[in-house]
Amino acid sequence: MNETFEPQIVAYCCNYCAYAAADLAGSMRLSYPSNVKVIQVPCTGRVDILYLLRAIEDGADGIYVAG
Amino acid sequence: MSKQAIGSVLVVGGGIAGIQASLDLADSGYLVYLVEKNSAIGGVMSQLDKTFPTNDCSMCIISPKLVEVGRHLNIELLTLSEVQSISGEQGNFEIKLTQHPRYVDVDKCIACGICAEKCPKKVLNEYDAGLGKRKSIYLKYAQAVPLKYAIDENCIYFKKGKCKACEKFCPSDAINFDDKQKELTINAGAILIAPGSAVYDPSVYDTYGYKQSPNIVTSLEFERILAATGPFAGDLVRPSDKKAPAKIAWLQCVGSRDINTCDNSYCSSVCCMYANKQAVIAKEHCDDPLDTAIFFMDLRTYGKDFDKYNLRAQEDHGVRFIRSRIHSVFPDDDDKLRIVYATESGKRAEERFDMVVLSVGLSPGKDVAGLAEKMGVELNNHGFARTSCLSPVSTNREGIFVCGTFQEPKDIPHTVMEASASAAAATGNLSHARWSLTRVKEMPPEENVTGQKPRIGVFVCNCGINIGGVADVPAIRDYARDLTHVIHVEDNLFTCSQDNQDHIKQIIREKGINRVVVASCSPRTHEPLFQETIRDAGLNKYLFEMANIRDHNTWVHMDNPEKATEKAKDLVRMAVAKAAYSEPLHQVSLKISKAALVIGGGVSGMEAAVGIADQGRPVYLVEKSIELGGNAKFLGTTWQGEQIGPYLEDLVNRVKNHPDIELFMQTKVTGTTGTMGNFSTTLTSLNGEGKEIKIDHAVTVLATGGREKVPEQYLYGEHPHVMTQLDMDRAFSESDERLSGTKSVVFIQCVGSRIPERPYCSKICCTHSLKSALLLKNKNPKMKVYIVYRDIRSYGFREELYVQAREAGVIFIRYNLKNLPKVESLEDDHLSVTVTDHVLGMPVRLKPDLLVLASGIVPNANTALFEFFKVPVNSEGFLIEAHAKLRPVDFSSEGIFLAGLAHYPKPIEESIAQAKAAASRAMTILAKEEIMVGGVVASVEDARCAACLTCVRTCPYGIPKINEDSHAVIDSAECHGCGMCVSECPGKAISLQHFTDEQLLAKTSALFTSGG
Repeated sequence: MNETFEPQIVAYCCNYCAYAAADLAGSMRLSYPSNVKVIQVPCTGRVDILYLLRAIEDGADGIYVAG
Repeated sequence: MSKQAIGSVLVVGGGIAGIQASLDLADSGYLVYLVEKNSAIGGVMSQLDKTFPTNDCSMCIISPKLVEVGRHLNIELLTLSEVQSISGEQGNFEIKLTQHPRYVDVDKCIACGICAEKCPKKVLNEYDAGLGKRKSIYLKYAQAVPLKYAIDENCIYFKKGKCKACEKFCPSDAINFDDKQKELTINAGAILIAPGSAVYDPSVYDTYGYKQSPNIVTSLEFERILAATGPFAGDLVRPSDKKAPAKIAWLQCVGSRDINTCDNSYCSSVCCMYANKQAVIAKEHCDDPLDTAIFFMDLRTYGKDFDKYNLRAQEDHGVRFIRSRIHSVFPDDDDKLRIVYATESGKRAEERFDMVVLSVGLSPGKDVAGLAEKMGVELNNHGFARTSCLSPVSTNREGIFVCGTFQEPKDIPHTVMEASASAAAATGNLSHARWSLTRVKEMPPEENVTGQKPRIGVFVCNCGINIGGVADVPAIRDYARDLTHVIHVEDNLFTCSQDNQDHIKQIIREKGINRVVVASCSPRTHEPLFQETIRDAGLNKYLFEMANIRDHNTWVHMDNPEKATEKAKDLVRMAVAKAAYSEPLHQVSLKISKAALVIGGGVSGMEAAVGIADQGRPVYLVEKSIELGGNAKFLGTTWQGEQIGPYLEDLVNRVKNHPDIELFMQTKVTGTTGTMGNFSTTLTSLNGEGKEIKIDHAVTVLATGGREKVPEQYLYGEHPHVMTQLDMDRAFSESDERLSGTKSVVFIQCVGSRIPERPYCSKICCTHSLKSALLLKNKNPKMKVYIVYRDIRSYGFREELYVQAREAGVIFIRYNLKNLPKVESLEDDHLSVTVTDHVLGMPVRLKPDLLVLASGIVPNANTALFEFFKVPVNSEGFLIEAHAKLRPVDFSSEGIFLAGLAHYPKPIEESIAQAKAAASRAMTILAKEEIMVGGVVASVEDARCAACLTCVRTCPYGIPKINEDSHAVIDSAECHGCGMCVSECPGKAISLQHFTDEQLLAKTSALFTSGG
């Protein structure tokens, strides 16, 4: 890992809370790194373990599930 | 009368109040005529940059509502129109209207803007509060509804008989100089007036220096300066030299709370919060640190989450708050502005700023007196509609109702609440005529896309400069062109504007698009709008996907445009990948129950129950105690002096005798299942046998109330002469002996409120104490009455009580959290209150005969009940509405509504309005026979199911069942669509439509396959 390394982060966010919070971060003009990509799910319960593994296999460096 | 009642309602005024009322009315079965005097609807809210306390972009949240009004089949929008006269009576009014000519054919105008570009006549732009210029042919604002140009009276052709440049250049031949004024006659069963208010004009004053320097602006002008669509494109600069200011001051109460001849004596209710908001947002606008100072008298941040916002403004953002009285503002020679003021202790001080914002209040609109006269509606002494606290949306004339700032200065959530309330009140007598005049929309048949190769259209939104000002939108658009299955790309200034919806439909048809991707803002606000658009074009609404390149991208990566552009490309690629797998889903109609369940038998619950039952729908009203009435039983009068007792008695009788209300006393809810339209709830009797009964209902209203907090300080419960406000009310009504011979009374405000454990204002206590103080002074003018307070929050017209109390000689002493009053019991058992006087700066000892503690409101604890309905509460235990600004009585879970103290502390007039609003919102569901269900729900592939019961155990709602054929079934009408069973099913037998494995994996796969 060097200093320019930028991890790719996938964020699975529940539509009702964490996705709304991500929207709120936008309306409050908070700042976070652009390598976080939010994927909307109807509920964090919809996040299958398979998705986490597959994302890492595809190239994700970190994943968080927020809900 | 109700026999011939007409099933239509006239709504006068197209601001947020008129908009919300119209939508509620039209959704519950009435034809609405919405009359607006301007060329477009939207009112003041459309001019605001951000809204407190959520800092939402005002335009972004009102825009879906504007579009909904514009496209609603049962709202007939009449712009440039004014009421001339009305005749008739409740149930059947005849209204004569004048519609002024627009000189632009709305059927032909494509809002391309060429006319305005060519028009040589510049005039002040009232949408920019006069800061910028527009042309004589104009569009009120970029997202205006209707999105059609209009020509005003300044047109050179009208003045000099020649020009017509617009006509020459208009590509669609839309200009019509022969357009004439039209006289229209319409019939309506009820009338709602929501003309709003005007912004106070400070130019009558020398003191504030307005107009003496361009850098002294009103708060509305400042709002436009902050707005991306404003005169300086969202750059915070001084009007004089277009340079960024380093210091800005806000002066509160300009034109409010003053009794000079040119002022308004009342409090305008909104200015403290908008000044907080503007200071915070202004700081966000600046690269260099911005110094902000708010000069104020009392800080009136009394609404839900307002005090918390204020604390953040002070502590996190460093906004300075200076308690003071302003003497004058002087423009100095070096273009700075010198504010001379008196400090709290009365000393003279001054400070220099680069800009000064005058927090101007709300005045009666300039045409409203005339309108009220035509309507036969009485105004109060301030020039606003006269209403009673006990019927807050009714005027003196039957069948005519009011809402919004024409009723009293108020913020947006309260306005929206009242708008819904007035819709319920207006239709209370029209229910026989429901659906009699409404129109039905013919949908084009859905195109069958099954088996078709995806043909994806991508629409990238600039959102004014919200996206385009940060990311490179043309580059994103061009990037999307090369993505698999994409056959059409384009970018729009505002993809959500009404004209663009027609454009999208046309492109879908022309190019045979079968999947649509919009890259813009949040699906939470805009997905329904675009889904409806593609449905109108014959596509199933689930063939739509959004990429949130604003809220999740340009708004959070403002400082890095390149990365924002790259991320937008990633998000678009992910959306396109998912869209390629999207499949049409079909909803089925489901019969719904006709009944409503209202929980809580206080004023809010009873008003909601009566509101719904009066519309002909059965109501189950559940109260856990043995008596109806809640807190109102303990109250004497409203702040305006109306007796609450007789009102309550009448309301209780109406509830008890209403044929459509079934009352369950001493009963509680012990379980509920189902969703909007078909809830099934178990009620258990609390008296003895514990009898259970199951009821079916379509909607639920939670009005579970709150109560006065029992004080834990200031010798309450220890000394007999320390009481709460309700104790005091009881003492009055029972002629308590503690009141006889009393020579001095001290009130301590904010007891248990506005402290770290309960960081909110209880809203009602200041008014309550002022009312009680006046009663005491009335009883004995020589009595010494002291109110020990932090900020007096007698908002709106309640300020009258504050003025009267001061005139009557009530003494006000301020304290703060660092220097709390000290209460002791002396050796002779007499009370002693020691407080540091804010003028003297010295401790003052008072020896009152009575001490009244203005204790705050806490919500009733109903954890189990709230969990049954899965409704959220905030850290203080108050219920959280779906949206703080525009959905103040709804929950995120459809079909459940709230009212009263369970939501937030509020006075009785507001609880009544909120309860009526809950009835109105409930009627938008109850008015229908059936609702559409299905769509995003789980379905089981029988052959793969091993009946392992994992789904049965996983589902938080208990929906999956194992049927006789030994496989799981999930009722699509009941499924909430969370997808937990899908993720847990070991056999992969269940899939969640619209969020299938294929679709979700396509997203991550796309993220990492190219670019990434």
